[in-house]
Amino acid sequence: MLPTRAVGLRRIALIGLAGALAVTTAACASERGSGDSASDTFIFGAAGAPKNFDPIFNDDGESFRPARQMFDTLVTYKPGTTELEGGLATAWTPSNGNTTWTFTLRQGVKFHDGTPFNAAAVCFNFDRWYNMKGAAAQSQMIYYGDVFEGFAHNEGDISGDPVYKSCEAKDETTAVLNLNKAKGAFPDAFGLTSLSMSSPDALKKYDADNVTQSGEAFTYPAYATDHPTGTGPYKFESFDKANNTITLVRNEDYWGEKAKTARLIFKIIPDENARKQELAAGTIDGYDFPSPADYNSLKQAGDQVLIRPAFNILYLGINQKNNPKLQDVRVRKAIEFAINKDQLVKNRMPSGAYPQDQFLPNNVPGYTPAVEKHSYNADTARQLLAEAGATDLTLNFYVPTEVSRPYMPNPVDIAAAITDDLKAVGIKVNVVQEPWNGGYKDSVQKAGKQDLHLLGWTGDYADPGNFVGTFFGRTKPEFGFDNPQIFDALSNADAQTTPDTKKSAYESASVLISQYVPAIPLSSSPPAIVVRSDVQGLIPTPLTDERFYTVTKG
Amino acid sequence: MLRFLTRRLLQAIPTLLVLSILVFAWLRLLPGGPATALLGDKATPEKIASLNSVLGLDQPIFVQYFKFLGRVVTGDFGSSLISGDTVLAEIGRAFPATIELAIAALVLAVGFGIPMGYLAARHRGRLLDNATVLTTLVGVAVPVFFFGVLLKYVFAQKLGILPPSGRQDVTIDATHITGFFTLDGLLTGELDATWDAIKHLILPAVALASIPFAVIVRITRASVLDVQQEDFVRTAESKGLTTTTIRQRHVLRNALLPVSTTIGLQTGLLLAGAVLTEKVFNWNGLGSLLAQGIERRDYPRLQALLLLAALVYVVVNILVDISYAIIDPRVRVR
Repeated sequence: MLPTRAVGLRRIALIGLAGALAVTTAACASERGSGDSASDTFIFGAAGAPKNFDPIFNDDGESFRPARQMFDTLVTYKPGTTELEGGLATAWTPSNGNTTWTFTLRQGVKFHDGTPFNAAAVCFNFDRWYNMKGAAAQSQMIYYGDVFEGFAHNEGDISGDPVYKSCEAKDETTAVLNLNKAKGAFPDAFGLTSLSMSSPDALKKYDADNVTQSGEAFTYPAYATDHPTGTGPYKFESFDKANNTITLVRNEDYWGEKAKTARLIFKIIPDENARKQELAAGTIDGYDFPSPADYNSLKQAGDQVLIRPAFNILYLGINQKNNPKLQDVRVRKAIEFAINKDQLVKNRMPSGAYPQDQFLPNNVPGYTPAVEKHSYNADTARQLLAEAGATDLTLNFYVPTEVSRPYMPNPVDIAAAITDDLKAVGIKVNVVQEPWNGGYKDSVQKAGKQDLHLLGWTGDYADPGNFVGTFFGRTKPEFGFDNPQIFDALSNADAQTTPDTKKSAYESASVLISQYVPAIPLSSSPPAIVVRSDVQGLIPTPLTDERFYTVTKG
Repeated sequence: MLRFLTRRLLQAIPTLLVLSILVFAWLRLLPGGPATALLGDKATPEKIASLNSVLGLDQPIFVQYFKFLGRVVTGDFGSSLISGDTVLAEIGRAFPATIELAIAALVLAVGFGIPMGYLAARHRGRLLDNATVLTTLVGVAVPVFFFGVLLKYVFAQKLGILPPSGRQDVTIDATHITGFFTLDGLLTGELDATWDAIKHLILPAVALASIPFAVIVRITRASVLDVQQEDFVRTAESKGLTTTTIRQRHVLRNALLPVSTTIGLQTGLLLAGAVLTEKVFNWNGLGSLLAQGIERRDYPRLQALLLLAALVYVVVNILVDISYAIIDPRVRVR
């Protein structure tokens, strides 16, 4: 029997301790690892929420990832490569100088709402995009605008001549696409996630074209937010915004190999450290773009770090506008000779990266060993600077902060290495750091304030024009040069209609570019995707557009 | 009283207006903008300019501001550039999450802090006291994100007894009525969902509670030590009251006055601390909303969040004034 006076005091102290104990015991008593979902659910950690689920209105990886699982494209890419293979079309044949594309369609395919996929549906989709009304909607169709250049009625600031002319459904399984001009991007661009096929019925039923603007923001129709209807291996079930979770379920009527897991869940976890810890705890099965600094610890924990083939370019941009010395090709070559790319790749890039001497990854047609090489040689660099009378060169080097991309895991580190190399040959460097989304891109690409800058690009499809055409196809504030010879070579290469002539035209363009040095290619780096040890069947692909229906667990 | 209240409310309007102008201008003067963030890495300067004109962000700031004000008067705070949802809907979703976390942290901080502070004072200079003081030093010194990551490492990764982050297991198909996940399950009878939500709540609540807990322990301890020296305690002892009575009715009661003030102050800091904690624990609340909004330059969302914060601040101030006015009639200037 306790003396009464102690009771009150004890009570105070014990309430708290009892609470703590209760929590701990309860937690221990609950079955271990509540995150161990059944083996028929694959849970993937996403870095951000999708904008919406209508592929045509999206242009970012976080929106494409769920869309890739629910939709199919006419043409697709062989898993693990950038080569084309049949998607919803089993054949695609160009004619009339590549201004006509005839698609032979797969038979017996149904949309998730049960309606048939056929030539009429294909034409409905193409017509829908071309006739899209409203500046709000058109401004969201970035990839469509890139490939098709314009709309039936351009609105807002859009002012391109449409490449698209018409689409005819010859019969159930033959759709003919007529264009106003040939584009080098085809047929590869037919595989873009943005150009996925949607159910015409669902598009109409859920008011798909009705993108409205309220104040400074866009509001998407029900089709894009709640009823995306494709033909893909998974169907949309829900997007729980309170719990930041997207749930897809297996499409039992899929025309191809059925999905191995009954459910596919995307858990949105913006913080990379949080993604890493969720993976370690087993509450997610994988996540994308792990930081190269984490590869070793992930592998030691038993996770699989799947390395994709590199499909990107990091370059040191040169802007010739502000410093006349940079208009001398000898100075630009000197800068390239001064940079030790091998060391840079060895010390600052993830394993599997390789130094670059041109602006195409080595798995894209147009990559050629014939380019003029300026391999690291500090003496040659000094000599060229002396010849050009540029021994007292001072350059403003713009470097982005608060950003990490597969082609530049840590831009500030990379820039530091380059700065040291340049100083070693007598070039003075003023480093100017700006946040990626806080002014850097404006300063570099719009205002052209810099002499040197770091930037890169990840390809959308295996068309060389998507790389070199984007960089050097016309005069831009980013590089500040005007070289009709290069511009013409690139537009000529883009207009080639056979794979062979296209390849050789781009090879010549690559050589021209390497002689002129409008910028300095640095490296190509392979991005990774990480999954737990019990995940099988995920095929890493250079286009980072993995489809998860082949994945099994446990 | 009513006149006093009306006057205070009217006074608050210009404050909020000035604040809204400041927030509005500050956001637009930040380098970079929503179009750059919205269009991603592949956007050309032309596309960014085109989107800016579609969004009306190329108009003079004051024109944009008056349009914004016109919409706000009708209760329309606009839609988020990131999600396309109205910002009020977003805040409505995130608010319960943050409140749930803050309440849980407060309960832990107070529930453990007061007894520990009291016990430390009772055993002054002994091992228990020294250990407690040391714990509170660590509690204040260690940043929330480090402590949070550590908690996750121990309890989620190594022991596997608690989930590392998020608010609820993604495989549980729970119905959310109120947005308070711990409550929702009770309301719908999905007890496993409630239990799961509680498990998800433990680690972030502990992390967020660490600083207020330490502060409450120290204030309680100091306050109890102070009160013990007071004359009235000696008087009580000399009157021959039992130790229990003295401790509970005289010492603890008087010692808790400064503690309650502290708790009030800490509550405000809790909401600020929630921003970091939410990031670490992927807790889908106002802090996450704010952090992503800043990253992506989501003007409408940030405007609404910052104005909401200002409004809360103004309302709390009015409430404090009212309570003073009730306690002390002299405040009610006629």
